[in-house]
Amino acid sequence: MPASEMDPHPNPPPSRGREKRERDDADADDLRALAWKAAASVVDPEIPVLSIADLGVLRDVQIVDGTAEVTITPTYSGCPAMNLIALNVELALEEVGFVTPRIKTVLSPAWTTDWMTEKGKETLRKYGIAPPAGKASRRALFGEDQVACPHCASTDTERISEFGSTACKALWRCRACAEPFDYFKCI
Amino acid sequence: MTETPLFAYTLRLADNALILGHRVSEWVGHAPVLEEDLALGNLALDLIGQARSFYTYAGEIEGKGRDEDALAYLRDAGGYRNILLVEQPNGDFAQTIVRHLLYSAFAHPYFEALARSKDETLAAIAAKAVKEMAYHVRHTAEWTIRLGDGTDESHRRAQSALDELWPFTGELFETDQVERALIDAGIAVDPLNIRARWSKMLDEVFDEATLVRPSDGYMQSGGRSGRHSEHLGYVLTELQFLQRTYPGAKW
Repeated sequence: MPASEMDPHPNPPPSRGREKRERDDADADDLRALAWKAAASVVDPEIPVLSIADLGVLRDVQIVDGTAEVTITPTYSGCPAMNLIALNVELALEEVGFVTPRIKTVLSPAWTTDWMTEKGKETLRKYGIAPPAGKASRRALFGEDQVACPHCASTDTERISEFGSTACKALWRCRACAEPFDYFKCI
Repeated sequence: MTETPLFAYTLRLADNALILGHRVSEWVGHAPVLEEDLALGNLALDLIGQARSFYTYAGEIEGKGRDEDALAYLRDAGGYRNILLVEQPNGDFAQTIVRHLLYSAFAHPYFEALARSKDETLAAIAAKAVKEMAYHVRHTAEWTIRLGDGTDESHRRAQSALDELWPFTGELFETDQVERALIDAGIAVDPLNIRARWSKMLDEVFDEATLVRPSDGYMQSGGRSGRHSEHLGYVLTELQFLQRTYPGAKW
Protein backbone atom coordinates (compact mmCIF):
# COMPACT_ATOMS: atom_id res chain seq x y z
CA MET A 1 0.00 0.00 0.00
CA PRO A 2 1.30 3.52 -0.76
CA ALA A 3 2.74 5.39 2.19
CA SER A 4 -0.05 7.96 2.04
CA GLU A 5 -2.65 5.29 2.81
CA MET A 6 -0.83 3.91 5.80
CA ASP A 7 -2.33 4.72 9.17
CA PRO A 8 0.24 6.89 10.94
CA HIS A 9 -1.41 6.23 14.30
CA PRO A 10 -2.18 2.53 14.58
CA ASN A 11 -4.45 1.64 17.49
CA PRO A 12 -2.65 0.59 20.63
CA PRO A 13 -3.19 -3.08 21.47
CA PRO A 14 -6.39 -3.57 23.52
CA SER A 15 -5.77 -4.02 27.23
CA ARG A 16 -6.04 -7.67 28.11
CA GLY A 17 -7.94 -9.19 30.98
CA ARG A 18 -6.61 -12.19 32.86
CA GLU A 19 -8.93 -14.55 31.00
CA LYS A 20 -7.56 -13.39 27.70
CA ARG A 21 -3.99 -13.84 28.86
CA GLU A 22 -4.58 -17.43 29.93
CA ARG A 23 -6.10 -18.22 26.60
CA ASP A 24 -3.04 -16.66 24.98
CA ASP A 25 -0.76 -19.04 26.85
CA ALA A 26 -2.72 -22.03 25.63
CA ASP A 27 -2.61 -20.64 22.13
CA ALA A 28 1.12 -19.97 22.19
CA ASP A 29 2.00 -23.54 21.26
CA ASP A 30 -0.42 -23.46 18.35
CA LEU A 31 0.96 -20.13 17.23
CA ARG A 32 4.49 -21.41 17.41
CA ALA A 33 3.56 -24.49 15.40
CA LEU A 34 1.91 -22.27 12.81
CA ALA A 35 4.97 -20.03 12.60
CA TRP A 36 7.33 -23.01 12.35
CA LYS A 37 5.29 -24.51 9.54
CA ALA A 38 5.30 -21.22 7.64
CA ALA A 39 9.03 -20.66 8.11
CA ALA A 40 9.82 -24.27 7.29
CA SER A 41 8.01 -23.93 3.96
CA VAL A 42 10.69 -21.55 2.69
CA VAL A 43 13.14 -23.20 0.30
CA ASP A 44 16.79 -22.55 -0.41
CA PRO A 45 16.71 -20.33 -3.54
CA GLU A 46 19.76 -22.13 -4.94
CA ILE A 47 18.44 -25.65 -4.27
CA PRO A 48 14.70 -25.10 -4.52
CA VAL A 49 13.76 -28.68 -3.62
CA LEU A 50 15.20 -28.31 -0.15
CA SER A 51 13.41 -26.44 2.63
CA ILE A 52 15.44 -24.44 5.13
CA ALA A 53 14.19 -26.87 7.79
CA ASP A 54 15.58 -29.88 5.87
CA LEU A 55 18.81 -27.97 5.38
CA GLY A 56 19.19 -27.18 9.08
CA VAL A 57 19.29 -23.44 8.37
CA LEU A 58 16.09 -22.89 10.37
CA ARG A 59 17.24 -23.04 13.99
CA ASP A 60 14.41 -21.76 16.16
CA VAL A 61 10.96 -20.23 16.19
CA GLN A 62 9.56 -18.38 19.19
CA ILE A 63 6.46 -16.33 19.84
CA VAL A 64 7.53 -13.04 21.42
CA ASP A 65 5.06 -10.24 22.16
CA GLY A 66 2.47 -11.83 19.93
CA THR A 67 4.62 -12.09 16.85
CA ALA A 68 7.05 -14.65 15.52
CA GLU A 69 10.78 -14.49 16.07
CA VAL A 70 12.68 -16.82 13.76
CA THR A 71 16.35 -17.73 14.06
CA ILE A 72 18.32 -18.80 11.02
CA THR A 73 21.99 -19.56 10.48
CA PRO A 74 24.07 -19.30 7.28
CA THR A 75 25.65 -22.36 5.68
CA TYR A 76 28.76 -20.32 4.78
CA SER A 77 29.86 -16.87 6.01
CA GLY A 78 29.44 -15.41 2.56
CA CYS A 79 26.30 -17.27 1.52
CA PRO A 80 24.54 -14.80 -0.79
CA ALA A 81 21.20 -16.58 -0.35
CA MET A 82 20.80 -15.50 3.28
CA ASN A 83 19.19 -12.13 2.57
CA LEU A 84 16.64 -13.71 0.28
CA ILE A 85 15.94 -16.52 2.74
CA ALA A 86 15.35 -13.98 5.54
CA LEU A 87 13.02 -11.98 3.30
CA ASN A 88 11.09 -15.07 2.22
CA VAL A 89 10.68 -16.20 5.83
CA GLU A 90 9.31 -12.78 6.69
CA LEU A 91 6.83 -12.94 3.82
CA ALA A 92 5.76 -16.50 4.69
CA LEU A 93 5.04 -15.45 8.27
CA GLU A 94 3.10 -12.37 7.22
CA GLU A 95 1.04 -14.51 4.91
CA VAL A 96 -0.22 -16.60 7.83
CA GLY A 97 -1.00 -13.50 9.87
CA PHE A 98 2.08 -12.56 11.89
CA VAL A 99 2.57 -8.81 12.00
CA THR A 100 6.16 -7.55 11.61
CA PRO A 101 7.88 -10.85 12.34
CA ARG A 102 11.54 -10.68 13.36
CA ILE A 103 14.29 -12.68 11.70
CA LYS A 104 17.52 -13.16 13.60
CA THR A 105 20.70 -14.50 12.04
CA VAL A 106 23.07 -16.33 14.36
CA LEU A 107 26.51 -17.77 13.66
CA SER A 108 26.86 -19.97 16.71
CA PRO A 109 26.76 -22.91 16.83
CA ALA A 110 28.26 -23.00 13.34
CA TRP A 111 26.10 -24.75 10.76
CA THR A 112 27.09 -28.28 9.86
CA THR A 113 25.81 -30.69 7.23
CA ASP A 114 25.14 -33.07 10.14
CA TRP A 115 21.97 -31.04 10.72
CA MET A 116 20.55 -31.94 7.33
CA THR A 117 17.58 -34.26 7.74
CA GLU A 118 17.51 -37.74 6.18
CA LYS A 119 14.52 -36.60 4.16
CA GLY A 120 16.57 -33.65 2.97
CA LYS A 121 19.46 -35.89 1.92
CA GLU A 122 17.13 -38.20 -0.01
CA THR A 123 15.51 -35.19 -1.72
CA LEU A 124 18.93 -33.91 -2.72
CA ARG A 125 19.91 -37.25 -4.21
CA LYS A 126 16.73 -37.42 -6.27
CA TYR A 127 17.38 -33.88 -7.46
CA GLY A 128 20.79 -34.97 -8.79
CA ILE A 129 23.04 -33.62 -6.04
CA ALA A 130 25.06 -36.12 -4.00
CA PRO A 131 24.26 -35.48 -0.32
CA PRO A 132 27.07 -34.98 2.23
CA ALA A 133 28.77 -38.28 2.97
CA GLY A 134 29.20 -39.21 6.61
CA LYS A 135 29.82 -36.93 9.58
CA ALA A 136 31.47 -33.54 9.25
CA SER A 137 33.99 -33.85 12.10
CA ARG A 138 37.38 -34.16 10.38
CA ARG A 139 36.01 -34.53 6.87
CA ALA A 140 36.78 -30.98 5.82
CA LEU A 141 40.50 -31.47 6.35
CA PHE A 142 40.97 -34.92 4.93
CA GLY A 143 38.43 -35.02 2.18
CA GLU A 144 35.84 -37.53 1.13
CA ASP A 145 36.91 -41.01 0.24
CA GLN A 146 33.65 -42.22 -1.24
CA VAL A 147 30.88 -40.24 -2.83
CA ALA A 148 28.12 -42.17 -4.56
CA CYS A 149 26.89 -40.93 -7.91
CA PRO A 150 23.33 -39.55 -7.47
CA HIS A 151 22.39 -40.87 -10.91
CA CYS A 152 23.60 -44.48 -10.97
CA ALA A 153 24.70 -44.98 -7.33
CA SER A 154 28.17 -46.13 -8.35
CA THR A 155 30.97 -45.20 -5.98
CA ASP A 156 33.48 -45.18 -8.82
CA THR A 157 33.58 -41.38 -8.83
CA GLU A 158 36.22 -38.68 -8.85
CA ARG A 159 36.48 -35.10 -7.73
CA ILE A 160 36.90 -32.50 -10.46
CA SER A 161 37.03 -29.46 -8.21
CA GLU A 162 36.68 -28.74 -4.52
CA PHE A 163 34.48 -25.78 -5.43
CA GLY A 164 31.27 -25.81 -7.41
CA SER A 165 28.42 -23.57 -8.50
CA THR A 166 27.73 -22.43 -4.93
CA ALA A 167 29.85 -22.25 -1.78
CA CYS A 168 28.23 -25.41 -0.40
CA LYS A 169 28.91 -27.65 -3.39
CA ALA A 170 31.87 -29.36 -5.09
CA LEU A 171 32.17 -30.72 -8.63
CA TRP A 172 32.41 -34.48 -9.12
CA ARG A 173 32.22 -36.91 -12.00
CA CYS A 174 31.03 -40.50 -12.17
CA ARG A 175 33.39 -42.89 -13.95
CA ALA A 176 30.68 -45.53 -14.29
CA CYS A 177 27.96 -43.51 -16.04
CA ALA A 178 30.24 -40.63 -17.10
CA GLU A 179 27.84 -37.99 -15.73
CA PRO A 180 29.23 -34.98 -13.89
CA PHE A 181 27.39 -34.05 -10.69
CA ASP A 182 27.34 -31.63 -7.77
CA TYR A 183 28.33 -32.91 -4.36
CA PHE A 184 27.01 -31.16 -1.27
CA LYS A 185 30.18 -30.65 0.75
CA CYS A 186 30.39 -32.13 4.18
CA ILE A 187 31.33 -29.43 6.69
CA MET B 1 43.44 7.23 21.27
CA THR B 2 39.72 6.89 21.02
CA GLU B 3 39.58 3.33 19.74
CA THR B 4 39.08 0.52 22.19
CA PRO B 5 41.47 -2.42 21.82
CA LEU B 6 38.57 -4.73 20.96
CA PHE B 7 37.45 -2.45 18.15
CA ALA B 8 40.98 -2.15 16.75
CA TYR B 9 41.51 -5.90 16.95
CA THR B 10 38.20 -6.76 15.28
CA LEU B 11 38.90 -4.22 12.55
CA ARG B 12 42.26 -5.86 11.80
CA LEU B 13 40.58 -9.24 11.38
CA ALA B 14 37.95 -7.68 9.15
CA ASP B 15 40.44 -5.75 7.00
CA ASN B 16 42.62 -8.81 6.41
CA ALA B 17 39.62 -10.77 5.20
CA LEU B 18 38.19 -7.98 3.03
CA ILE B 19 41.41 -6.99 1.29
CA LEU B 20 42.43 -10.56 0.51
CA GLY B 21 38.86 -11.35 -0.52
CA HIS B 22 38.85 -8.39 -2.88
CA ARG B 23 42.23 -9.32 -4.30
CA VAL B 24 41.09 -12.88 -5.02
CA SER B 25 37.81 -11.64 -6.51
CA GLU B 26 39.87 -9.78 -9.14
CA TRP B 27 40.50 -13.20 -10.71
CA VAL B 28 36.85 -13.87 -11.44
CA GLY B 29 36.53 -14.16 -15.20
CA HIS B 30 40.32 -14.38 -15.63
CA ALA B 31 41.34 -17.67 -14.02
CA PRO B 32 43.28 -20.21 -16.09
CA VAL B 33 40.42 -22.75 -16.19
CA LEU B 34 36.71 -22.58 -15.47
CA GLU B 35 36.91 -24.78 -12.36
CA GLU B 36 39.55 -22.48 -10.93
CA ASP B 37 37.48 -19.43 -11.74
CA LEU B 38 34.69 -20.91 -9.64
CA ALA B 39 37.11 -21.93 -6.92
CA LEU B 40 38.66 -18.47 -6.62
CA GLY B 41 35.20 -16.92 -6.61
CA ASN B 42 34.26 -19.23 -3.75
CA LEU B 43 37.40 -18.39 -1.79
CA ALA B 44 36.75 -14.67 -2.23
CA LEU B 45 33.15 -15.10 -1.13
CA ASP B 46 34.16 -16.86 2.08
CA LEU B 47 36.59 -14.09 2.95
CA ILE B 48 34.17 -11.28 2.17
CA GLY B 49 31.52 -13.09 4.24
CA GLN B 50 33.91 -13.30 7.17
CA ALA B 51 34.77 -9.61 6.72
CA ARG B 52 31.10 -8.66 6.86
CA SER B 53 30.63 -10.40 10.20
CA PHE B 54 33.76 -8.81 11.68
CA TYR B 55 32.83 -5.34 10.39
CA THR B 56 29.31 -5.58 11.73
CA TYR B 57 30.69 -6.51 15.13
CA ALA B 58 33.37 -3.78 15.00
CA GLY B 59 30.61 -1.25 14.29
CA GLU B 60 28.63 -2.49 17.29
CA ILE B 61 31.67 -2.26 19.56
CA GLU B 62 32.39 1.27 18.42
CA GLY B 63 28.78 2.29 18.96
CA LYS B 64 28.84 5.28 16.61
CA GLY B 65 26.36 3.90 14.14
CA ARG B 66 28.90 2.73 11.55
CA ASP B 67 27.79 -0.45 9.84
CA GLU B 68 29.74 -2.89 7.69
CA ASP B 69 29.40 -0.68 4.62
CA ALA B 70 30.59 2.45 6.39
CA LEU B 71 33.68 0.65 7.62
CA ALA B 72 34.47 -0.94 4.28
CA TYR B 73 33.67 1.94 1.95
CA LEU B 74 34.30 5.12 3.90
CA ARG B 75 37.82 4.73 5.26
CA ASP B 76 40.97 5.77 3.47
CA ALA B 77 44.09 3.64 3.14
CA GLY B 78 45.61 4.97 6.38
CA GLY B 79 42.55 3.76 8.28
CA TYR B 80 42.97 0.20 7.08
CA ARG B 81 44.67 -2.23 9.49
CA ASN B 82 45.28 -5.27 7.31
CA ILE B 83 48.69 -6.89 7.13
CA LEU B 84 50.78 -6.06 4.07
CA LEU B 85 50.73 -9.63 2.75
CA VAL B 86 47.05 -9.53 1.76
CA GLU B 87 47.30 -6.32 -0.25
CA GLN B 88 50.17 -7.55 -2.43
CA PRO B 89 49.25 -7.71 -6.12
CA ASN B 90 47.85 -10.89 -7.63
CA GLY B 91 50.81 -11.17 -9.97
CA ASP B 92 50.70 -14.43 -11.87
CA PHE B 93 48.63 -17.41 -10.74
CA ALA B 94 51.54 -18.79 -8.67
CA GLN B 95 51.82 -15.56 -6.73
CA THR B 96 48.10 -15.56 -5.93
CA ILE B 97 48.20 -19.19 -4.82
CA VAL B 98 51.32 -18.84 -2.68
CA ARG B 99 49.99 -15.66 -1.03
CA HIS B 100 46.78 -17.47 -0.22
CA LEU B 101 48.58 -20.51 1.15
CA LEU B 102 50.73 -18.37 3.44
CA TYR B 103 47.64 -16.60 4.77
CA SER B 104 45.26 -19.54 5.06
CA ALA B 105 47.83 -21.85 6.67
CA PHE B 106 47.96 -19.15 9.33
CA ALA B 107 44.25 -18.28 9.45
CA HIS B 108 43.07 -21.86 9.86
CA PRO B 109 44.81 -22.59 13.20
CA TYR B 110 44.32 -18.95 14.24
CA PHE B 111 40.54 -19.14 13.90
CA GLU B 112 40.55 -22.55 15.54
CA ALA B 113 42.08 -20.85 18.59
CA LEU B 114 39.87 -17.76 18.28
CA ALA B 115 36.82 -20.04 18.39
CA ARG B 116 37.72 -20.53 22.07
CA SER B 117 37.86 -16.77 22.71
CA LYS B 118 36.09 -15.41 25.78
CA ASP B 119 34.41 -12.96 23.44
CA GLU B 120 31.34 -14.85 22.27
CA THR B 121 30.87 -12.99 19.00
CA LEU B 122 34.48 -13.35 17.89
CA ALA B 123 34.33 -17.01 18.88
CA ALA B 124 31.18 -17.53 16.80
CA ILE B 125 32.58 -15.83 13.69
CA ALA B 126 35.82 -17.80 14.04
CA ALA B 127 34.03 -21.14 14.50
CA LYS B 128 32.28 -20.50 11.22
CA ALA B 129 35.41 -19.30 9.43
CA VAL B 130 37.60 -22.18 10.53
CA LYS B 131 35.59 -24.66 8.48
CA GLU B 132 35.97 -22.45 5.43
CA MET B 133 39.68 -21.88 5.89
CA ALA B 134 40.30 -25.63 5.99
CA TYR B 135 39.22 -25.70 2.35
CA HIS B 136 41.43 -22.73 1.52
CA VAL B 137 44.49 -24.47 2.96
CA ARG B 138 43.77 -27.68 1.10
CA HIS B 139 43.07 -26.04 -2.20
CA THR B 140 46.09 -23.74 -2.21
CA ALA B 141 48.39 -26.47 -0.85
CA GLU B 142 47.33 -28.76 -3.71
CA TRP B 143 48.03 -26.03 -6.25
CA THR B 144 51.36 -25.12 -4.69
CA ILE B 145 52.44 -28.75 -4.98
CA ARG B 146 51.22 -28.97 -8.55
CA LEU B 147 53.04 -25.78 -9.56
CA GLY B 148 56.21 -26.42 -7.59
CA ASP B 149 56.50 -30.03 -8.68
CA GLY B 150 55.28 -29.26 -12.20
CA THR B 151 57.16 -27.93 -15.21
CA ASP B 152 60.38 -25.95 -15.01
CA GLU B 153 58.41 -22.81 -15.71
CA SER B 154 55.73 -23.41 -13.07
CA HIS B 155 58.43 -24.34 -10.56
CA ARG B 156 60.37 -21.19 -11.30
CA ARG B 157 57.27 -19.03 -10.87
CA ALA B 158 56.17 -20.71 -7.65
CA GLN B 159 59.64 -20.35 -6.14
CA SER B 160 59.95 -16.72 -7.14
CA ALA B 161 56.48 -16.00 -5.69
CA LEU B 162 57.54 -17.61 -2.45
CA ASP B 163 60.80 -15.66 -2.33
CA GLU B 164 59.01 -12.42 -3.01
CA LEU B 165 56.21 -12.93 -0.47
CA TRP B 166 58.17 -14.47 2.38
CA PRO B 167 59.31 -11.09 3.83
CA PHE B 168 55.61 -10.32 4.45
CA THR B 169 55.03 -13.32 6.72
CA GLY B 170 56.74 -11.81 9.76
CA GLU B 171 53.80 -9.50 10.29
CA LEU B 172 51.47 -12.48 10.82
CA PHE B 173 53.15 -13.11 14.17
CA GLU B 174 53.56 -9.57 15.44
CA THR B 175 51.66 -8.39 18.46
CA ASP B 176 51.45 -4.92 19.94
CA GLN B 177 50.02 -3.41 23.11
CA VAL B 178 46.50 -3.45 21.71
CA GLU B 179 46.65 -7.19 21.22
CA ARG B 180 48.71 -8.00 24.31
CA ALA B 181 45.96 -6.78 26.63
CA LEU B 182 43.35 -8.80 24.74
CA ILE B 183 45.55 -11.91 24.69
CA ASP B 184 45.98 -11.67 28.45
CA ALA B 185 42.21 -11.33 28.82
CA GLY B 186 41.64 -14.52 26.81
CA ILE B 187 39.96 -12.64 23.98
CA ALA B 188 42.63 -12.43 21.26
CA VAL B 189 44.84 -15.24 20.05
CA ASP B 190 48.58 -15.16 20.65
CA PRO B 191 49.91 -15.82 17.14
CA LEU B 192 53.17 -17.17 18.53
CA ASN B 193 51.25 -20.18 19.83
CA ILE B 194 50.36 -21.25 16.32
CA ARG B 195 53.66 -20.46 14.66
CA ALA B 196 54.95 -24.03 14.94
CA ARG B 197 51.83 -25.47 13.29
CA TRP B 198 51.95 -22.91 10.51
CA SER B 199 55.60 -23.63 9.93
CA LYS B 200 55.18 -27.41 9.90
CA MET B 201 52.25 -27.26 7.52
CA LEU B 202 54.23 -25.12 5.09
CA ASP B 203 57.33 -27.29 5.33
CA GLU B 204 55.29 -30.34 4.39
CA VAL B 205 53.82 -28.56 1.38
CA PHE B 206 57.14 -27.06 0.25
CA ASP B 207 58.80 -30.43 0.59
CA GLU B 208 56.29 -32.12 -1.67
CA ALA B 209 56.34 -29.13 -4.02
CA THR B 210 60.16 -29.25 -4.23
CA LEU B 211 60.24 -25.59 -3.20
CA VAL B 212 62.93 -24.09 -1.01
CA ARG B 213 61.71 -22.29 2.06
CA PRO B 214 63.33 -18.83 2.16
CA SER B 215 65.29 -17.91 5.24
CA ASP B 216 63.77 -15.47 7.73
CA GLY B 217 65.60 -12.25 6.91
CA TYR B 218 64.29 -8.72 7.06
CA MET B 219 60.52 -8.70 7.48
CA GLN B 220 58.17 -6.02 6.17
CA SER B 221 55.74 -4.53 8.63
CA GLY B 222 53.37 -1.63 9.20
CA GLY B 223 49.95 -2.53 7.83
CA ARG B 224 48.40 -3.12 11.21
CA SER B 225 49.17 0.42 12.28
CA GLY B 226 47.98 1.90 8.99
CA ARG B 227 51.30 2.19 7.12
CA HIS B 228 50.62 0.47 3.83
CA SER B 229 52.29 -0.24 0.53
CA GLU B 230 51.20 1.77 -2.47
CA HIS B 231 49.10 -1.20 -3.63
CA LEU B 232 46.34 -0.68 -1.08
CA GLY B 233 45.36 2.65 -2.60
CA TYR B 234 44.70 0.91 -5.91
CA VAL B 235 42.65 -1.79 -4.22
CA LEU B 236 40.51 0.82 -2.48
CA THR B 237 40.11 2.87 -5.64
CA GLU B 238 38.25 -0.03 -7.17
CA LEU B 239 36.58 -1.30 -4.01
CA GLN B 240 35.26 2.12 -3.02
CA PHE B 241 34.62 3.51 -6.49
CA LEU B 242 30.85 3.66 -6.20
CA GLN B 243 30.76 5.38 -2.81
CA ARG B 244 33.43 7.86 -3.87
CA THR B 245 31.71 8.72 -7.11
CA TYR B 246 28.16 8.72 -5.77
CA PRO B 247 28.45 9.39 -2.03
CA GLY B 248 25.60 7.82 -0.10
CA ALA B 249 24.41 5.72 -3.04
CA LYS B 250 22.25 2.77 -2.01
CA TRP B 251 20.68 -0.15 -3.82
